[in-house]
Amino acid sequence: MVKVFIYPATSLILSDMVERFGHTPLSSAIAIRERIQTAGLESPPLQITPEEPKKGLKWAAVEVPAGVRGRMSLYGPMIGECEAAIIINDADLAFGCMGCARTNELIKFLIHQKEIPKLELFYPKNEEEGVKFVAAIKRFLTELGASK
Amino acid sequence: MTEYTPTQTDTVTKYVVVESFEVTPADLALRAYEISQGAMIKETCFGIVINGKKEGVDRIITELRKIDPDHIFVKDRGFPPGDARRCRANLGGARPGYNGMEHEMAIIPYVSHGLEKLKNHDEKTVPPPKNPLEHPLLDVYKLKKLIDAQEP
Repeated sequence: MVKVFIYPATSLILSDMVERFGHTPLSSAIAIRERIQTAGLESPPLQITPEEPKKGLKWAAVEVPAGVRGRMSLYGPMIGECEAAIIINDADLAFGCMGCARTNELIKFLIHQKEIPKLELFYPKNEEEGVKFVAAIKRFLTELGASK
Repeated sequence: MTEYTPTQTDTVTKYVVVESFEVTPADLALRAYEISQGAMIKETCFGIVINGKKEGVDRIITELRKIDPDHIFVKDRGFPPGDARRCRANLGGARPGYNGMEHEMAIIPYVSHGLEKLKNHDEKTVPPPKNPLEHPLLDVYKLKKLIDAQEP
């Protein structure tokens, strides 16, 4: 079972595909759950405390906005932990403020820097592309399983 | 700052989303209640939310997937069902994060079609999809055609 980072990290389709074909998806829900279920100081809604931007310094410089560093404290450890990654490049749903946009750019950059098996895709726009999309993911994940 | 004491610790929450002509969220919820054994089940407009111990939730999901394997999709959720920080009943409007799910709900039928097709086909025989990292160079003949097409 391989830990696969998915981008967008909230993707229902990727999360399901990775789990369906026998691997562990690393999604933002896992990082959020960890914080929601840990006792500490109340910091609603996501329990992101002032400590998180400090932890984010590992992935982004001090002059980078705290929003990016705070987000990186969620995604950074997962990028470090992952053994493979699936990236969807035209994910309009991942849009957001500059914090989200810059974090997304940094996530993609860090994944591209890491020497792990990666699969780059676009969302399917019709049934024919749907077959190719699922086949590519299945092929990628089966090969991952065979190589481990 | 006040102290934060988490509820439902050591549990997992999962969304079970159904996009099917044959199965409704109510059917899923009914089946999930039958086999819940103490797990919390919440029916929603797009499927159900399950909260409980990891083993219990995984068992329920394995059973639910059997109903319509190609049209049932599962993903993790950080918050437990009905959490005041996320539930739309408290906030009003769409739940934060629903827009992303709504966007993917429009794509799920193509993915379901792909899953159905690949039951009878070997995935190795299917050609790869377009590579997003490829930026094909502009063919010189195509450029000439574009120049010729320009009106004087």
